[in-house]
Amino acid sequence: MQNREIFKHMITSKDIEQAILGRFMEGVEPAGEVSGAPVFFACPEKIVEICRFLKSEPGLEFNYLASLTAVDYPHGFEVVYHLYSISKKAYVTLKVKSGKDAPCVPSVTSVWLAADWQEREVYDMFGINFSGHPDMRRILMDQDWQGYPLRKDYVEE
Amino acid sequence: MIKTEEIQINMGPQHPSTHGVLRLILTLDGETVTNAMPDIGFLHRGIEKLAERRTYTQIVPLTDRTDYLSSMLDNEAYALAVEKLMGVEVPERAEFIRVIMMELNRIASHLVFIGAYGLDIGASTPFIYCFREREEIMNLFEMACGARLTYNYIRPGGVSRDITPEFVENAKAFIKRLPSMLDEIDDLLSRNQILVIRSRGIGVVSAEQAVSYAMSGPSLRASGVPMDVRRDDPYSVYSKLDFNVITLNDGDCLARYLARPMEIRESIKILNQALEMLPQGEYTAKMPKILKPPAGETYTRIESSRGDLGVYIVSDGTASPYRLHWRPPSFINLAAVGEMIKGWKIADVVAILGTLDIVLGEVDR
Repeated sequence: MQNREIFKHMITSKDIEQAILGRFMEGVEPAGEVSGAPVFFACPEKIVEICRFLKSEPGLEFNYLASLTAVDYPHGFEVVYHLYSISKKAYVTLKVKSGKDAPCVPSVTSVWLAADWQEREVYDMFGINFSGHPDMRRILMDQDWQGYPLRKDYVEE
Repeated sequence: MIKTEEIQINMGPQHPSTHGVLRLILTLDGETVTNAMPDIGFLHRGIEKLAERRTYTQIVPLTDRTDYLSSMLDNEAYALAVEKLMGVEVPERAEFIRVIMMELNRIASHLVFIGAYGLDIGASTPFIYCFREREEIMNLFEMACGARLTYNYIRPGGVSRDITPEFVENAKAFIKRLPSMLDEIDDLLSRNQILVIRSRGIGVVSAEQAVSYAMSGPSLRASGVPMDVRRDDPYSVYSKLDFNVITLNDGDCLARYLARPMEIRESIKILNQALEMLPQGEYTAKMPKILKPPAGETYTRIESSRGDLGVYIVSDGTASPYRLHWRPPSFINLAAVGEMIKGWKIADVVAILGTLDIVLGEVDR
């Protein structure tokens, strides 16, 4: 439907890419576009800094952490951040790769309060630890549940 | 000296005003809540895991069961995501039917909120009034798809069957009657002294806090943030329809309550236009029996009755999604509740929780 495309972004994917790459020499690389939003792979050490930059940089203002989730790929986990800028009406997607053994990614709870429960859910379902999270416990499953249900190698009882 | 100490009490999971199976662990100092810890997951059915084992068509009934008070909107969010992945063009008639169903469902859901919030703070009559009107909407849905709660109606490509001229007629008659009923609700409840006193200035959330918690829907707009996906990133045919985004500034329980009846009036506006503009044509696009979207991913948002509902699908080109994630507005709005009720009296807890309008089916999935 054409109507869905009528909406014009006030900043383009190109602007976002230039802003990010202009500020970060390394630790972040562009990976195309998904549903009109630019995608970037960030290295775990940089993710908090990148998020803080995207949130507070005038002209970007990605102040809304729409969604935080993870995917279990054969090559490892990817934590996916969907950010939204309320004032610019633009989206950006960040991805952080993490290995299969003792996966750990820095928490972005210091940037957005919304990360609190969503990171707990990812921990609950994938067993990815978020370092620096104030309350890293299971949220949907029982506290004494064994295993991480959304991992592909999870065996149901 | 009398010895005093803080006590801990459990509210729920079996408590009528937690609107489902939510457990709040409250620490009380006298009547004041000093700490609140929500405990969720009692209704967890592993829908995201189930989805990985089903075909794209079989997932539609699962979406009915997340936010069961507005299943049409959940159907739409999922259908839209699959259509985006597959690059399907939905016929215009189907788009209008969808908008009609979604707005009717939004009204039904808000009516449950108004009734239930009245009950929460002690007014039992408006509940019956709201359910009487909601019944009309249920009848309309039953007429369109045979189901009253879990519709499985909006599917990738269009809708499951066409609506009849009789449906349009009945819907128009209902929409004509609804405003006077809303006036009645305003007299009974919105201007009710007890409701106003128990809600004004209670559970205030600042705009900044609401955005940081990524709250959405009426709960966010009541804090003065005018975010509505229908207007900001229009999907379906919303860009052809004229409506206002209800934004209030107080951020208290009263604002969150008032936002809903006002939004119903906007939905009526949308419905009036959509029912008039409803074109002739196909009610669904030609879809293959087995849906196999090409490998790729999408993140799609819609404005559900509770807020920003996102669907994230990763497809590997097979008949089942590799990963399907819902961004459930109830879950994310509820994350703020601990901070929101801290410092308020125990009697305010039900009011604050009530105005967040959560559905536990969506929180726990």
